[in-house]
Amino acid sequence: MDSQNLSLIDRIRDSDVYFSFIKSPTAIISTVILMIIFFCSFFVELVAPFNPFDPSSLDLMEAFTPPSWEEEGMSKFLLGTDGQGRDMLSTILYGSRISLIVGFSAILFSLILGVALGLTAGYFGGKYEMIIMRITDVQLTVPSILMALLVDGIARGLISRELHDEMAIYVLIFAIGISEWPQFARVSRAATLVEKNKDYISASTIIGVSNIKIMFKHILPNILRPILVIGTIGLALAIIAESTLSFLGVGVPPTTPSLGTLIRIGNDFLFSGEWWITFFPAIFLVILAFSINLLGDWMRDTLNPKLN
Amino acid sequence: MVMLVVAFVSFSLFTFVGDPVHNMVGEETSDQEREEIREALGLNDPIPVQFTRFVRKASKGNFGTSYQLRRPVSELISERLPATLELVFVSALIALITGTLLGVYTGINRGSVLSDIILAISLLGVSLPTFVIGILFIYLFAVILGVLPSFGRGEVVDFGFWTTGLLTISGLKAIILPSVTLSLFQMTYIIRLVRAEMMEILQTDYIKFARARGISEKSIQYKHALKNGLIPVITIAGINIGTLVAFSIITETVFQWPGMGFLFIQAVKFVDIPIMSAYLVFIAFIFVMINFVVDILYYFIDPRIRVKSGDVNG
Repeated sequence: MDSQNLSLIDRIRDSDVYFSFIKSPTAIISTVILMIIFFCSFFVELVAPFNPFDPSSLDLMEAFTPPSWEEEGMSKFLLGTDGQGRDMLSTILYGSRISLIVGFSAILFSLILGVALGLTAGYFGGKYEMIIMRITDVQLTVPSILMALLVDGIARGLISRELHDEMAIYVLIFAIGISEWPQFARVSRAATLVEKNKDYISASTIIGVSNIKIMFKHILPNILRPILVIGTIGLALAIIAESTLSFLGVGVPPTTPSLGTLIRIGNDFLFSGEWWITFFPAIFLVILAFSINLLGDWMRDTLNPKLN
Repeated sequence: MVMLVVAFVSFSLFTFVGDPVHNMVGEETSDQEREEIREALGLNDPIPVQFTRFVRKASKGNFGTSYQLRRPVSELISERLPATLELVFVSALIALITGTLLGVYTGINRGSVLSDIILAISLLGVSLPTFVIGILFIYLFAVILGVLPSFGRGEVVDFGFWTTGLLTISGLKAIILPSVTLSLFQMTYIIRLVRAEMMEILQTDYIKFARARGISEKSIQYKHALKNGLIPVITIAGINIGTLVAFSIITETVFQWPGMGFLFIQAVKFVDIPIMSAYLVFIAFIFVMINFVVDILYYFIDPRIRVKSGDVNG
């Protein structure tokens, strides 16, 4: 009864998760890095020194300025400028917002889809379960990047070209989301199978709680841990997938560049020596993905020792 | 069975997605001309007729004509196929050999400085997107050092049905960067797998017994332990060849490697459905073949499976 009376903060302090978080320097460092990145990306208007999409602030004379510590660098452009005179730091922050929005939405989409299908499959069983699991089997043999490419290609065929640029970001979210859901379906099904044979579920069934209520109110909170773990690792995958697709030129339109788009644009300048245009977005992407992966690793060890 | 499903999916792609005529002609084409093209392409026939025609043609290797390039897809693919297969083959080889060697090393010399470095790099390798690695390599080896070419296949030798870059020096040079890039991800995977296997096997009784018999440590490690450690590696490597084919899309784009992935990306950009569906069928075919080959390899490598399957079948 004691834990009921404690405030939320005390409960967090008391938990094993908090304990292992405090004990793990990697987890703390990666969380801090991620917090900074998230903050800067979502409040980019306040943080970024320039607005790279405001044509009036651009000066073509300032194009290809190297980073500020190089000889020809200017102090107002910390990381230099790109081919249109856009400040790299601001462009990267705006780009990372797009990347994060797409990544989060995609993973949320596949999480909802996967968990809903996996949970119901595990709970009801029978033919329905078999069909769902068969689909995940088939889809898991296809590499997800290929799946996303295909979905993207099909969507391009279905949507007219004029509409496509506006729709591109939703198409991208859908394409990445649809390519990641089998993971969630599998894990939540496996966890549901364990959960549903426990006494409290039988008890709920006996007192006549409806199936839907049992699934989403009783089973779901108990299987959240493994889902959260693959959700975190999936976020890194989704961000990488987004930038890969954008890098390949089938992602977001160049008018709203994401990190991948920036890397692709910068790639063209690599040979003429303007290395910073592609290097900084790339390193930013790597730091982002690496921190999420580290955090995911820590979560895997802490939240679910059994999942490997 | 799998092939039929895929054939159907790619046929549906063909039929229901987009209007090929719209992609082929310019803005000023009249409706009548459009209709004539539709008729010539057989797009006005009933759907079952179109499907049977599709399967019949596909089984002969005919996937129609590319909307964008106006050339038969089979021709385009057979032109590009050698490049992709060579790339995938070389990188699978690199991944397998280097991965196994490093894995064995880190598995045996646990906790040594070099092992730790290898493992740290491999962790970073997992987080690095393939195209970033590619760009890094290009910058390092092509721009700064200028020792290796960053695009194309170099000179190729033409055998009529197969062109190879593996026989000329420039071709060999050209394949180094893309194949290493492609193999890195795979390699980190194999390192971890082999390491875990080695560590586990070195604890088993038969290794202890071998030691007791006075067999040299080298012989134990490479002859006794590695042999059993390699079995799961083969499965994973086999399955991952499919992944390599998929990831070759990215590598080929970065290095402008004239392979199928490059073709596919172009097809996705311009909604060139025949190429997309042909690629799909082709990938499915590769997956099925790989599974088949891995199953057979198993049979030869692991005597236990031979006994088991013999029992079941009679």
